[in-house]
Amino acid sequence: MTLGFYPGCSLKGSSREYAESVLAVAKAFDINMEEIKDWNCCGATAAHNMNKELSLALPARILSLAEQQGLTEIVVPCAACYSRLTVTKHEMANNADLKVSVNEVNNLEYNGTVDVLNIVQMLDKYIIPNLSGRVVKPYDHKVACYYGCLLVRPHEILKFDREEDPQSLDELMLKAGATPIDWAFKTECCGAGLSVSRTPSVGRLSGKIIGDAVDRGAEAVIVACPMCHSNLDMRRDAINTYLGEKVEIPVLYITQAIGLAIGLDRKALGLQRHFVKVSV
Amino acid sequence: MSSDGHHSVISGLGGEVSAHTDVKVSHCYQCGKCSAGCPLSEEMDYPPSVIMRMLQTGNPYLEQKVLSSFSIWVCLTCEMCFARCPMSIDIPKMMDFLREKSLNEKKANPKAKEIIAFHKSFLDSIRYTGRLYEIGLFVDYKARTLKILDDLALAPKMMKRGKLNIIPELIKDRSGVASIFRKAGKKNKN
Repeated sequence: MTLGFYPGCSLKGSSREYAESVLAVAKAFDINMEEIKDWNCCGATAAHNMNKELSLALPARILSLAEQQGLTEIVVPCAACYSRLTVTKHEMANNADLKVSVNEVNNLEYNGTVDVLNIVQMLDKYIIPNLSGRVVKPYDHKVACYYGCLLVRPHEILKFDREEDPQSLDELMLKAGATPIDWAFKTECCGAGLSVSRTPSVGRLSGKIIGDAVDRGAEAVIVACPMCHSNLDMRRDAINTYLGEKVEIPVLYITQAIGLAIGLDRKALGLQRHFVKVSV
Repeated sequence: MSSDGHHSVISGLGGEVSAHTDVKVSHCYQCGKCSAGCPLSEEMDYPPSVIMRMLQTGNPYLEQKVLSSFSIWVCLTCEMCFARCPMSIDIPKMMDFLREKSLNEKKANPKAKEIIAFHKSFLDSIRYTGRLYEIGLFVDYKARTLKILDDLALAPKMMKRGKLNIIPELIKDRSGVASIFRKAGKKNKN
């Protein structure tokens, strides 16, 4: 079978291991991921902070291209892209004038026929039903599933999982043989887009997340967002400075953990690309 | 009297917020859950509930303080305030409006210089290539802020792990994307 695929910029650059692991897992289950041709950046935080029209036009272009390509369902592994695409769909569906003006800006027709799946929804729908017989190396570790902000909020638009104590990643990890822990920072913000402009703030916010995961005995943090990953992994120096100690807990994408459980090669999952060594 | 109740704000900045975003500042009853849950409250000059109160007063002096506040820029749009608001007030949506207005009226807080520079560098990268070019973003950001030494050690480590593209990914329809920026940017000269 074939699914549409919107990787987004991070998955082509600093978080390429996320793309590698998504594609490796999809391939293992005979799913062909068809990339949207000539896709552009969703505009991310920068666009919606600076220019509302732009923040809707850029995601709308992506969705229009997917429509043109005949795709009905696209997988968007980056939680931030997923949020921008879903918010745009919502705004366009609820405001006819806006749809007209965005179509005019983009010089493209947008009809709203493409469904947007985040990575958890994709795994739930297409991988989990066939997973049980495939787990050859259960990921037998205590894991802290970290959802961050944009996978679960705002619930009014995303309508996905619970806002304060979501369970979807925990349930996936349970099926991959792990023991998800209860902890307090599942949906606290990592510092996101302040990574470069205010690194110490990210050290503080991400430090609290990593600190709580370690204090409660987690052996790995599981994420589904490249921004969360880069803050928790690449910004480990700032985190350690905030915590006043060196913590070595690795941070894995959900698709890397599932990939390990079904026996995929560590390198094919891009584990060697992390800043914090993945020892589990 | 509007159907919105006896203390609805119909004029001033609160009225503008309502007209552009549908967010009614009058709905806030100052419980403070947004400020308690906001991960950036402690770095803000006015926490979210105080911003709401300032807008409720309709006092032009306080409205100007809101537009030139650091709060609106350090807000991460993490959506925690909206999730916990008992009145379901979409504060992040309001923040987006306030940021854009603050920028258009050149009232952005000087402390937000780096945050805004990062956003500008980010958007410039997309404007010209269609996708984010991370090396270009870093260089452009450093040129804007003169923070030459920050994160200098990070680039080689990322390179070693294959996390940085030397050559930007160029989409084919770059003129189409540039046109989107021109049309959407008509009101916004930044």
